[in-house]
Amino acid sequence: MTTTLIVTVTIFVLSLLVGFEVISKVPATLHTPLMSGANAIHGVVVVGVMLLAAATRTTAGYVLVFVAAAFAAANVVGGYVVTDRMLEMFKARGPRPAPEQREGEEQP
Amino acid sequence: MTGFQNGVELVYLAAAVTFVLGLHLMNSPATARRGNRLSAGGMTVAVLTTLVVLVHDRDVTGTGATVLALGLLAGAVGGLLAARRVQMTAMPQLVSLFNAVGGGAAALIALGHGVRHLDWVPLDLAPVRTTLPMALDVAIGAITFSGSLIAAGKLAGKVPGRPVIAPGGHLLFVFSGLASLVFGGLLVSGTGGVPVLLALTAAALSVGVLMTLPIGGADMPVVISLLNAFTGTAVAMAGFVLDSTPLVIAGALVGAAGTILTMLMAEAMNRSILSIMAGGFGTGDEATAAGSGATGTVRETTVDDAALQLAYARSVIIVPGYGLAAAQAQHELVELAQSLEAHGVEVSYGIHPVAGRMPGHMNVLLAEANVPYPQLKDLEEVNPEFARTDVVLVVGANDVTNPAARRPGNPVSGMPILDVDQARTVIVIKRSMGHGYAGIDNELYTDPKTSMLFTNAKPGLKALHAAVQAYVS
Repeated sequence: MTTTLIVTVTIFVLSLLVGFEVISKVPATLHTPLMSGANAIHGVVVVGVMLLAAATRTTAGYVLVFVAAAFAAANVVGGYVVTDRMLEMFKARGPRPAPEQREGEEQP
Repeated sequence: MTGFQNGVELVYLAAAVTFVLGLHLMNSPATARRGNRLSAGGMTVAVLTTLVVLVHDRDVTGTGATVLALGLLAGAVGGLLAARRVQMTAMPQLVSLFNAVGGGAAALIALGHGVRHLDWVPLDLAPVRTTLPMALDVAIGAITFSGSLIAAGKLAGKVPGRPVIAPGGHLLFVFSGLASLVFGGLLVSGTGGVPVLLALTAAALSVGVLMTLPIGGADMPVVISLLNAFTGTAVAMAGFVLDSTPLVIAGALVGAAGTILTMLMAEAMNRSILSIMAGGFGTGDEATAAGSGATGTVRETTVDDAALQLAYARSVIIVPGYGLAAAQAQHELVELAQSLEAHGVEVSYGIHPVAGRMPGHMNVLLAEANVPYPQLKDLEEVNPEFARTDVVLVVGANDVTNPAARRPGNPVSGMPILDVDQARTVIVIKRSMGHGYAGIDNELYTDPKTSMLFTNAKPGLKALHAAVQAYVS
């Protein structure tokens, strides 16, 4: 019983350290997508909501499960989609070929 | 553990690995998108696996399954629509909103778990290893939920962005905080049941509101980073309540991300997190003191003169700030920059860590306007370049360029700034001589090499672009 608790606490602490290590290398340019991507990751709470639904038997419980499920699903789906949308915009080169632009602007 | 359970745990572990790798790939814009998709794939697998567990255990009632499915569907559709439709300028409030629902869901898990206990074991018989994380989950989750909602409201302009300090607000805040501690303590010591759990929820919700209301606009990057860390912690606590490893791991990762961002943002403002939480620089806009007293003359310029300066420069650094986002003028700015580049001017962007309303806000706006990310330079990268730059164009940034930060004795002292004043000339686009968030005069504006172009950012940049084109063609 207590062994599993200790194991879980160990996992928690080590994950925190892994998080610090990995995230301190993210450049400032990507801080918004990082935050939104991290947001999407805590959408894993949806797994918790599903597990909660497993043993729910009361009306109050059902209401809580419904609201929690809606919250968690919005979090996880919206989080990943919006992060993807943002990251799609980060490009190493502008989309238009530079020489064409130059010609177009010098002619008039 | 049965073979099935072991298999499930291994799949969850694999999902957790994709979360870590996904965050790791965010160390470069070139791989970040792949990382996010990897993480999303892992998440999908984790959810599907949980579905298999539910079917396998046959533990869900018909009503439970229906309610769960409807809730998930409603949330997924809502989240998808919001994520697809949001304007990049509205990103901070959406991220804050997703943070709120994440924290809310985590708190509801603990509540639901507590209510469920009524069926088979009174809460006061539950072991501390359940009640402690339950109390923490409810408290942190509820604070995050209400706090993030207020923050989102402030960012969207629906709640006043200025620090709101109700009479007795601080007292009420302290009272709610103490009440949360007392109810939490009761819960952990096993003397309370569901009513105490509900009381704790109410107290924590009010802590969240009262904590966020007094915080002013420019401190928002710190606050939403902090709330992000809170959600992560709440989710990890939910993991302890349910004995679910993926929640613990993911929650810890997000907690770490939020904590790092909070520290970076506070450092970039040279303010302690505590002083930020205590609320704004005094009252916000109404200048608190006469500032530093440097009241030199301000040189005003015209669109034509500014365009001439830009067109004949060899190098230009653009310094954007929240004003650019507020005016939604990022496209106009980038069109101007592209014309200059086509003319052979070397253009880059100098971005302060706290420019905007969330960490990295300016980078997202400029990326949306098709600025290639190698041109987006952070503080350390761009500061040595100012001295050899012909023209700096400041658009909507204020306090982060104030040279007064290098001297002690004023509200921005010690804050790392962009060394704009070291460039050969500076053009500042601004609506008026109004103060920034710190409420003091910006000495950059009275510097002899600075000229001020008083205009609204959007039409002003458009006019500037037209004028520049006239010179370069």
